[in-house]
This record gives sequence, C-alpha cells and structure tokens, in this order.
Amino acid sequence: MDFNATLIGEMIAFAILIWFCVQFIWPHINKAIEERQIKIAEGLSAAERAHAELKAADTKVADEVRKARQQASEIIDKAQQQANGILDKARADAIAEINRLKAVAQDDIAAMAQQAREQLRERVGALAVQGASKIVQREVDASTHKALLDQLAAEI
Amino acid sequence: MASEPGGLTEYIQHHLTHLVPHASKEGFWAVHLDSVAVSLVLGVLFCFWFWLKARKATAGVPSKGQAFVEIVLEFVDGQVKDVFHGDRRVLGPLALTVFVWVFLMNAMDLLPVDLLPWITEKFGIGHFRAVPTADINMTFAMSITVFLLIIVYSFKAKGFGGYMHELFTAPFGKHPALWIPNFALNLVELLSKPVSLAMRLFGNMYAGELVFMLIAGLFSAGAGLAGWALYGAGIIGYTVWGIFHILIISIQAFIFMVLTIVYISMAHDHH
Repeated sequence: MDFNATLIGEMIAFAILIWFCVQFIWPHINKAIEERQIKIAEGLSAAERAHAELKAADTKVADEVRKARQQASEIIDKAQQQANGILDKARADAIAEINRLKAVAQDDIAAMAQQAREQLRERVGALAVQGASKIVQREVDASTHKALLDQLAAEI
Repeated sequence: MASEPGGLTEYIQHHLTHLVPHASKEGFWAVHLDSVAVSLVLGVLFCFWFWLKARKATAGVPSKGQAFVEIVLEFVDGQVKDVFHGDRRVLGPLALTVFVWVFLMNAMDLLPVDLLPWITEKFGIGHFRAVPTADINMTFAMSITVFLLIIVYSFKAKGFGGYMHELFTAPFGKHPALWIPNFALNLVELLSKPVSLAMRLFGNMYAGELVFMLIAGLFSAGAGLAGWALYGAGIIGYTVWGIFHILIISIQAFIFMVLTIVYISMAHDHH
C-alpha cells in the first residue's frame, strides 16, 4: 500500500473531527468536571467552616464556664470577707462594751469606797469627840471645837 | 488505491484482511495479531490510566483527571446500582472494564482508516485492522466470558438444584411433559444472550468501518475537476460519518455494558 491522497483526505477529515471534539464535545465534559470540582470544594469548605464554628462555640462555652466559676468564687470570697468583717466588728463592739461597763463599775466602786471612807471618817470623828467628852467629863461644844475635830478626822 | 487493479473492491478487501502470524496459517490457528495487539494495548492503557488516578486519588478537591475518572466510575456504578441489587464488588469493576475497554476499542474506528496500516507497512506489515471490536473473535471473546459469568452467577445464586429446577420448570410449569419444552426454550434464551451481545457490537463496528472505507474510496474515485469535487465530498462525508460515529461508539459501549449487567443480574435474581 502506498502513501497517496486517500490518506491525506482521511487525515484532513480526522483533523476536522478532532476540531469538532475540541469545540463541541470536550467543553461539555470539561464543564461537568469543573462543576464537580466546585461542588466538592464547596462541600469541603462548608464542612471546614462548620468544624471551625463548632470549635469556636466550644471555646466560647468553655470560656463562659470558666468566667462563671471565677465569678462564683469571687462572690464566695467576698461573702466570707464580709462575714469575717461582721464577726470582727461584733467582737470589737462587745469588747468595747465590756470595757465600758467595767470602767463604769470601777468608777462606781471607787465612788462608793470614797463615800464609805468619808462616812467612816465622819463616824470616827464623832466617836473621837464622844470619847474625848467622856474623858474630860464635860460637854465639849462641838461647834467650838469643830475646827479641831475636822483636823483630827482628816488626820485619820 | 482504487485506481489499482481491482479498484475499490480490492481496497476494501485489503482493509478487511487481518494480520496473521504466517500467511500459510489458516483456519483456527490464524490468530488475528492486530486485534490482539490493539485490544491489549488499549486494555493496558485503560488499566494504567485508571490505576494512576486511583493511586493519586484524594478525598479533597480532585484534579481534573481524577474528576473525569470519578464521573465515569459514578456513571457506571449508577447503572449497575439501578439494575443489580446485590454485592457490586465484582459486577461494578466488570461493568467499568467492559464500558471503557469497548469504548476505547470502538474509538479506534475514528482514526483514519489508512493511518495505522500505512504506519505498519513501514515495518513490513501489510495488513492491519485497527478496530478490535470489528473482529467477531473479539466480540465473541467478551460475550462468551459474560456467558460463563451468567452460568457462574446462576449456580451461585440458586445452587445446582435450584438452577436445574428453573431450567426445566420455567416458564410453563412443573408437569414432566413440559420439561423438554421448558428446557429447550431456556436453552435458546440462554444461548441467544452471548450471540446477540457479540453480533450487535460486531455488526455495528464492522458496518461503521466499512462505511469509512467506502467514503475513503471517494478520495480516488475520479480524475480532474470531478475528482477534486469527489475529494471534497469525501472529506465532508468522512467527517460527518466520523461525528455520527462518536455517538455510535459511545452507544455501543454503553449497550454492551448495560446488557452485561442485565444478563448477570437476571442470573442472580430468582424467577
């Protein structure tokens, strides 16, 4: 078989056929391929987005829980402090009251002791006058010797 | 070539002669080396191509090559899923192989009918037919394989007894007098499957090839102005038939695949 025009004609027809495929058949296949690629890419990115969102939500929840726990512990601390403060104040108040009452009582006691001492002094004075008058067997005018008696009482 | 002694008839005769190992060998041992070579090359090409894409396949955004393979795979798997309700691990790949291989072998028809013979002649090979599916040996080889699979699937699904029972009692009934007619009918039905499968593909591809040759005859049909007019008509005719043939090769590959699936799923289902 020799190379001749038959083969050239067939090759021209073949070239047109290839052109036809490139022009009208391949674009359809290519479109399907590209659509598939886009679909898959979109699906994957959507899945990734959902995953990221889930992760963000998870961290947010963890954050909130942590914050709430911290707040709760702060509140407990504050309450404890307050309770301690109230207790301290009550204790201090009580001690102050006790001291005050003690001071008042001591004052009273001192006053009473003073009073008793004074009364005793007066009674001793009177007893001394009585004794002296019995000794001298005569009435001593109390008013005349009042200055002397007072001096005596003070010495006692 | 038509100007040579014998003209168009000899041209077509020449193109319809298969490559055999020795011209002296005839009959059974005249193996058609061209069909064997082209089908093997295309089969290996298909396997290597899909293996390459499968090996590099990612779960992410596919490359264009992978997307194409996926589209073909999904198309074939969808066809199998529609018809066959069972384990698709064997039938799926079988259908894919049948479809792509037959398509590739059919597509050899689109190559200029003189191109491969012209190349092989440089290596001293006078006859070379490029389209394996236009060789009845090739189509029968595939359809007989499918036929054996039908038998295997029938035994697997129904057991020996069940299959025999079906062969002798369907479709008419269980009466012993009906056993022979039942069996005869089932035998015809069974044997017609590989024959129709092979003959349909062979007929379409052989006729397509023949039309290409007849149109190619136009290239050297006349002389002078008429010759050039015929030459132009030849180009137009060859192109139009080629474009139409894209449809035919796809449809024939598709039909061969679908019928393979249908036959095997029929064997798999109980009547």
